Amino acid sequence: MARNVTPARKATVTAVAWIIGLAIFFPILWTILTSFKTEAEAIASPPSFVLFDWTLENFAIVQERSDYFRHFLNSVIISLGSTALGLIIAIPAAWSMAFVPTKRTKHVLMWMLSTKMLPPVGVLVPIYLIFRDVGLLDTQAGLVIVLTLINLPIIVWMLYTYFREIPVDILEAARMDGATLRSEIIHVLMPMAVPGIASTLLLNIILAWNEAFWTLNLTAAKAAPLTAFIAAYSSPEGLFYAKLSAASTLAIAPILIMGWFSQRQLVRGLTFGAVK
Amino acid sequence: MGQIRLDAVSKSFGDVEVIRPLDLEISDGEFVVFVGPSGCGKSTLLRLIAGLEDVTSGRIEIDGVDATAVPPAKRRLAMVFQSYALYPHMSVRKNIAFPLRMAGLGKDEQMRKVEEAARVLNLTEYLDRRPRQLSGGQRQRVAIGRAIVRDPTAFLFDEPLSNLDAALRVNMRLEISELHQSLETTMVYVTHDQVEAMTMAEKIVVLQEGVIEQVGSPMELYSAPRNRFVAGFIGSPTMNFVNGEEAARRGAHSIGIRPEHLTISTTDGAWQGTVGVAEHLGSDTFLYVHLSDGSGTLTVRAGGEYGAGHGDTVYLTPDPAKLHRFDAAGLRIE
Repeated sequence: MARNVTPARKATVTAVAWIIGLAIFFPILWTILTSFKTEAEAIASPPSFVLFDWTLENFAIVQERSDYFRHFLNSVIISLGSTALGLIIAIPAAWSMAFVPTKRTKHVLMWMLSTKMLPPVGVLVPIYLIFRDVGLLDTQAGLVIVLTLINLPIIVWMLYTYFREIPVDILEAARMDGATLRSEIIHVLMPMAVPGIASTLLLNIILAWNEAFWTLNLTAAKAAPLTAFIAAYSSPEGLFYAKLSAASTLAIAPILIMGWFSQRQLVRGLTFGAVK
Repeated sequence: MGQIRLDAVSKSFGDVEVIRPLDLEISDGEFVVFVGPSGCGKSTLLRLIAGLEDVTSGRIEIDGVDATAVPPAKRRLAMVFQSYALYPHMSVRKNIAFPLRMAGLGKDEQMRKVEEAARVLNLTEYLDRRPRQLSGGQRQRVAIGRAIVRDPTAFLFDEPLSNLDAALRVNMRLEISELHQSLETTMVYVTHDQVEAMTMAEKIVVLQEGVIEQVGSPMELYSAPRNRFVAGFIGSPTMNFVNGEEAARRGAHSIGIRPEHLTISTTDGAWQGTVGVAEHLGSDTFLYVHLSDGSGTLTVRAGGEYGAGHGDTVYLTPDPAKLHRFDAAGLRIE
């Protein structure tokens, strides 16, 4: 039976949803607004919302002091690289778990997920030492490797869920049609799993882009991505809110824009398989 | 060539033995039907031949070559699945061309073969559609098209008509039979429908619980079933069985008589009974007769015009030449 929704109830629910939505978005909005203020206005009390002298000087100073584009490029390389490498490893892994499961497949999946429950700082020292010894500290390759490893469980889990929705008959038909394992994955499985693979890809780019613990601890200057770029403005000699906000705005802008344009794909992917 | 030989092939899933060691020989160009109730192992047997499952023991030979360890892609067999298993992201044209593409054929050659298959299967106007835009019958024809383009050694059909409605099923049955006659390629066909088995097969393999109960032509199985299971499974409506005194008089534990081998009369006959239900099909009338001595209910086939109805007393006489006798173990007594 359909629920009886009165106009008043609908209005209340809509209002509550808007309030929650705005509350979630407010810190981002405030950061963006602050980035256009002077340092004095940024800490003024009471704060002004839009009636202040809008200025671009923070952005100019930030770009002058620390090269934005170099950090941006590092972020792009690290997030795209780790996602691509992750998919290359995870697609065959998820294929075997979804289509040739053994009695222990579920345990393997749980074990993979359990690695996400470990506080990263618990393994910081060994990984730092290994990276130092093999010369991976402050390199893009090092960060690609470490971000691939930490996001791999999520990639495998997501792909496993999508692959399970694909009827095994179709893959068997491909095998009967003479497809090798590689052709079966490339020509049949992947095109059918495109929505799932795309949302996995997007989500992992976002996760890798925003990852701060490893990117801050394993880089110094050369491979530093945008997270390090922001962190540079929370300096011990005092916070410069306007400049910090300008740096943050610059750092989150690309991913925010990408997320905005791909939100339909993301939502579709994340709810994939929930309803047949 | 399309000769398949199974030599002591068995299959277990864990502790469950789905196929007990069995031997089977399928000759080149033969239409063989595996038939049996659900869970009898007929689909598993087909998948073993296809290579989609590995045998637990035994040996599979295709055209005299040991294929036991050969992957499905290399066995040169084509399979049509119950679910059609078409590639949803490809057009009909690309679906049919897929095996040719995998075989590395040139584009022109691919297209020529696809057009030819589409013409044979009346699919030409649907070549640019996606599978979801087709009806069930059309999808099944695409699946068959995908199988025939590659000129396989043998075709394997896994209950291909189960998802179709009754009228379409009869049509497709004829189409597949005609295809077999024109291609003269070995076909192995799995079904639980004994009518499909009887009408299509040159050789029927009746399976039960992973064991081959009998192998033979449809008429051999119909007229000389080796045991009670085969006798009851082949033929529609099913064979009548009578136990007890009547059977003992004929030196058997039970006797079987098909509905079409009983003569019905309103005046006299061997067994007296009353009609329970009369099913009028037009061409035939099936009467369900409760025997007066309480030994059971017999199905009788009478002419389409036969007038007896519920409660009428009738007399049945079996044709002695068509009586089947079985011993206590259910085996045929000659």
